[in-house]
Amino acid sequence: MTTLRPFPLAAREELQNAQLRANLRHATDTIRAKRARVVGEAPDWEELRAAAAAIKDDVLAQLDRYLEQFADAVEASGGHVHWAEDAAAANAVVVDVARSHGVTSVVKMKSLTTDEIRLNEALEAAGVEALETDFAELILQLDGDWPSHILVPAIHRNRREIRDLFARTISPGLASDDPAALAEASRRYLRERFLAARVGVSGANFAVAESGTICVVESEGNGRMCTTLPEVLVSVVGIEKLVPTLADLEVFLQLLPRSSTGERMNPYTSLWTGVRAGDGPQELHVVLLDNGRTRVLGDATGREALRCIRCSACLNVCPVYTRTGGHAYGSVYPGPIGAILTPQLVGIENAPTLPFASSLCGACADVCPVRIDIPGILVHLRAQAVAATRRPGERAVFVLVAAAFGSARRFSFAQRLGRVAQRPFARSGRIRSLPGPLAAWTRTRDLAPLAPRSFRDWWRAR
Amino acid sequence: MSEGDYRSQSVRVALFVTCFGDTIAPRAGRATVAVLERLGHEVVFPEAQTCCGQLHWNSGYEREARRLARRFERVFGGFDAVVSPSSSCVGTLREAFGVHNVYELSELLVGRLGVEDVGASFPHRVAYHSTCHSLRMTRVGDAPFRLLGAVRGLELVHLPRADECCGFGGTFAVKNADVSTAMADDKCDVIEASGAEVCTALDSSCLLQIGGRLARRGSAVPTMHLAEILACEASA
Repeated sequence: MTTLRPFPLAAREELQNAQLRANLRHATDTIRAKRARVVGEAPDWEELRAAAAAIKDDVLAQLDRYLEQFADAVEASGGHVHWAEDAAAANAVVVDVARSHGVTSVVKMKSLTTDEIRLNEALEAAGVEALETDFAELILQLDGDWPSHILVPAIHRNRREIRDLFARTISPGLASDDPAALAEASRRYLRERFLAARVGVSGANFAVAESGTICVVESEGNGRMCTTLPEVLVSVVGIEKLVPTLADLEVFLQLLPRSSTGERMNPYTSLWTGVRAGDGPQELHVVLLDNGRTRVLGDATGREALRCIRCSACLNVCPVYTRTGGHAYGSVYPGPIGAILTPQLVGIENAPTLPFASSLCGACADVCPVRIDIPGILVHLRAQAVAATRRPGERAVFVLVAAAFGSARRFSFAQRLGRVAQRPFARSGRIRSLPGPLAAWTRTRDLAPLAPRSFRDWWRAR
Repeated sequence: MSEGDYRSQSVRVALFVTCFGDTIAPRAGRATVAVLERLGHEVVFPEAQTCCGQLHWNSGYEREARRLARRFERVFGGFDAVVSPSSSCVGTLREAFGVHNVYELSELLVGRLGVEDVGASFPHRVAYHSTCHSLRMTRVGDAPFRLLGAVRGLELVHLPRADECCGFGGTFAVKNADVSTAMADDKCDVIEASGAEVCTALDSSCLLQIGGRLARRGSAVPTMHLAEILACEASA
C-alpha cells in the first residue's frame, strides 16, 4: 500500500478550481434539499435509523456465521462463491471468469467496491475491456477521470464539459448540452454493447444471508441490463454488505434512497438469487471481498464504519467535502465516511492526515441513516494517527501545553509569558503575522491577541 | 421539581470560563458573571480551573485529555451547576468525558433557570451564528433565539446556511488552513450580505475565526459573545 498524499496539500490544489466548487455547491445543495424534504415526511425516521444500526451491528458481531449462511445459500441456488482476501485475489477471480469464456470485454454497473479494488485496470492488463455503463461512470471512463462522489461520481463535471467530451468520443457532432440529449447519446452508444455482452460485472448494495440473494438499487436501469442480459454475471460483494433476512431490506430500502438521492424509492431495485434455467445469467459468481474489512472489524470503536450503506448523505452536508470535492481524499470513499473508512482499510500509517480532514462539525452524524458516530471515530483515529506518526515537534507542544494546564499556577505563568511573547507581533489590538505553525492562521486571518488582563486576574481584582 | 431545574430560585453557580475564555476572550466570562449576578444568582470562580481537555482530545492526545478531564472533575465535581460560555467545551465534557453538571450559558438561563428576558438592551442589527457544537452537541435549540428575542431594541437578521460550520474546528483551522479559510469566507459572505452590525455566537473560539477573517477582509462587522450582548443594559 502506498501512502496517500497529505489531505491539506491535495485540498489546497482542489480549492483553486472555482468551477469545481460551484458545481459541487449547486449539486450538493440540490440533493440536500431533496433529502431534507423526504426525510421530514417519514414519521418513523429515527426508529428506522436505530433499527438499521442494530441490524448492522448484529451482522458485524456474527459476521462469520452470516457469511457462511450466505455462501451456502448462494451455492444451493446454483451460484459459485469465491473468497477474496484482497484486491488482487478478487480481481483474479473476475479475470479468470472472463478468460474462461473467451471474452475481450465485460459490461459493468456502477460499483464502488470494484473501483476500490481497481478491477478495470486488472481486467485491462489481462486484455479485457471493462465498459462502465452508469452514465457518470461512463463519462469518467471516457475521460480517464476518477469518481469524486459516492453516488454522483462525476459531480465535479458540468453538462457543457460532458457535451464536449461526448462530441470528442462517442457522439461526434453532438451540439446540445441538454440533459436529455446527453442521455440519448450515451444510450445509443451503450445499447448495442449491452446486447452483445456475454459477461456482466456488478457490485451489491445488500446481500441477504438467509436466501443468498443479492440486491442492487439504482436510478438508470443500466445495472439491471448488466445483471440480466449477459450469460455470465460476476458480483463483487464487500463482506460488510450482509443483512440477515429479506425482511431486513424493508428498513434499508426506506433509508437508502431517501438519504442518497432524496427519493422515497429509487427507480430500479433488482434482487437475484443464484441461477434460474432460461432466465437471466446462467452462470453466477459471487466474490466475497475482505480487502481490509476484517482489520476494521478488529477495532471495537472504528468498526461502526462498516455499518455504512454508501448513501453519501454525509458528503453532501460536509463543509469540507463541499469545498474540496472528492479527489482530495485520495480514495474511492471520499468525505466524512472516507475519512474514517480509508485509514482503517489501508492502515492509519498510510492515511494519517485523513482523520484530521474535518472541523468535527457533526453535520455528518446527524444525517447518517445508520447512525455512525463519524466525529467520534474521527477523534478515535486521530489518537491512532498521533501514535503511528512521528511528529516530535507537535508532540512536544501538546505535552507542554498539557503540563501548563496541569496547575493553575503554571497556567497563570504561561498566560503572562504569552502576553510578553506576543508583544512584537500585536499591533493596535490584533496580530497580523506570526512565525511557525501559527503562520497558517495569520496568512488569511487576523488573530486576537491574548487579553491584556486574563479573566482570573480580573476576578481576583474585583 | 426535576433535578437541575432551578426556576425561581436564587442559585449558586460555578463558572468554568475555559482556558480560551480566560486567556483570549475574558469579556465573555465577565459578561456571564454580570448577567447571572444581575438576575440575583451567586457566581463563584474556582481558581484551580484550567482546561477541560478538549484541545488535546480533538487533536489525538487522548492520555493528556483524560488527565485534564479528571482534573476538571476534581475542581468542579462538588458543584450542583457549572456554567460555561462555550458550547464546545460543555459538549466535549458531556459527550467525551461523561460530565453532566455543566451547562452552556443559554441552556442554563432558558432551560434551567427559566429566564428569557435578562433585562438587556442592545439597539443594533445582530447576526447570530449557530455554532456546530451548540447545534449538534449541546443541542441548545431555540434558547439563544429566545434570549436575543427579549433584548430591547435588538433586530435579529437571518443568515442563510445558518447551520454550516465557520471552519474553525480547533487545530483544523491551522492543519487545514486553506479549507478552513474557504469555509470562513462563505460565512463572512453571508454575514456581510445580511446587513448585520454585529455577529454573535455561543462560542468565542468560532468568533475568533469569523472575526479574524472579517477583519482581514476589511469588514467593519465586529464579533461579540452572546453573553456580552445580554450584559448590555440601557444607559441611564
